[in-house]
Amino acid sequence: MAVTLFLPTVLAKLADGRAIESTGETVGAVVANVAARYPNLAPRLRDETGQPYPFVTFYLNDEDIRFNGGFEAPVSDGDELTVVPAIAGG
Amino acid sequence: MATATAPLATQLEELSSDEILRYSRHLILPEVALEGQQRLKASRVLLIGAGGLGSPLALYLTAAGVGTIGLVDFDVVDVTNLQRQIVHGSKDVGRPKLESARDRLKDMNPHVHVEGYETRLTSENALEIIRDYDIVIDGTDNFATRYLTNDACVILGKPNVYGSIYRFEGQSSVFATEDGPCYRCLYPEPPPPGLVPSCAEGGVLGVLPGLVGTIQATEGIKLLLGIGEPLIGRLLLIDALSMQFRTMRLRKNPNCPACGTHEIRELIDYDQFCGIGGDPLQDPHGIPEITPAELAAKQQRRDDFDLIDVREPHEWAIAKIPGARLVPLGTFTESLATFDSARDIVVTCKMGGRSAKAVRQLQAAGFKKVWNLAGGILRWSDDVDPSVPKY
Repeated sequence: MAVTLFLPTVLAKLADGRAIESTGETVGAVVANVAARYPNLAPRLRDETGQPYPFVTFYLNDEDIRFNGGFEAPVSDGDELTVVPAIAGG
Repeated sequence: MATATAPLATQLEELSSDEILRYSRHLILPEVALEGQQRLKASRVLLIGAGGLGSPLALYLTAAGVGTIGLVDFDVVDVTNLQRQIVHGSKDVGRPKLESARDRLKDMNPHVHVEGYETRLTSENALEIIRDYDIVIDGTDNFATRYLTNDACVILGKPNVYGSIYRFEGQSSVFATEDGPCYRCLYPEPPPPGLVPSCAEGGVLGVLPGLVGTIQATEGIKLLLGIGEPLIGRLLLIDALSMQFRTMRLRKNPNCPACGTHEIRELIDYDQFCGIGGDPLQDPHGIPEITPAELAAKQQRRDDFDLIDVREPHEWAIAKIPGARLVPLGTFTESLATFDSARDIVVTCKMGGRSAKAVRQLQAAGFKKVWNLAGGILRWSDDVDPSVPKY
């Protein structure tokens, strides 16, 4: 499945840009594909065991993946995966 | 999308003829009208933080006629705040933010009562302070206070209008309503200290807190009046660079220890929860340090050592310490091979945080003679060479 991963500006510099094309059958596979291509970005997306962090939320289209199986959530062609890390500035 | 809830401001307070004239553009809006304005006058809103977000929040809520505005802040106005903290002025530099904000707000609208709490919000005082308010607006600048604010609001059943910003991006939502999600449903745990730089380290577009703070102020007024569709169960993502606003669905987590299972019945130690001071590896005090005065003496003696600056090139262009070599932290790992472990190495950055990380990396790679410059280039400017600009 072809999926586009969207990064916030702060992480985009660790990849080629804000929108990265990736493939996989699940959210976890899509993220692993991106992590393998961008080693500096990898630790910002998931932990050493490949699991999601509690402070980085992934939205598959507009839904939080935590409520749909997390990294096991299946993806479809053309889906958009958006990375939303916690920020605290005020 | 959540529909309008009952107005949170349940009382009505009479308006004087001066106030009726002042608020005329509200009074002719059917959604606000006389009754809504009377609700606003009777309402009490607590702002956590009188900084970037707190400035537009306080200004607009005061102008709108919210009867009582509580401000929690213990900071002093610094000249670097003025690029975005528009409630303060140049004449206020050095004054407590509470005093400065109070003067500005009183000038803007003498009918509004401003209550100040010149303290850090803590587990000891949060419930006591928040209890007397109808809603809380979170405009703080750190994770520990955000989790504290969230948990206190859930425990007390007070809606928490959330906003946070970093560089060009912002987030906003409404947490801790009766059936809605809370901050812990969005982020169950904070990132480890140091992973997410603060605005002081990473920068922030000055207008951004204006964008996000006015969204929070709008949500606050809607909740008080019970109008429109509040941002309950929705996370608004704001990207100023692409000027895109996206709304993500936010669900209440049934296992959330705060709003789901209600395991959190009392406030905890939020510094510990956020890993501050708990992990010796994260503790800057465990790292060998050198003061700017000692570094200057070392330079004068012409000691043989390397001074490595781990800031970004755009920061290097603003100010640098003579004799330093630029190796940005992002490329530090790849550059380790270029360092000579036989020589003394002093590492610096803007304030000493990033350089402490670099020192840890060097130590982990087997370097023994490494020191962190305490306070970074800012303290170098204070203690040694004021001609080096601070930023």
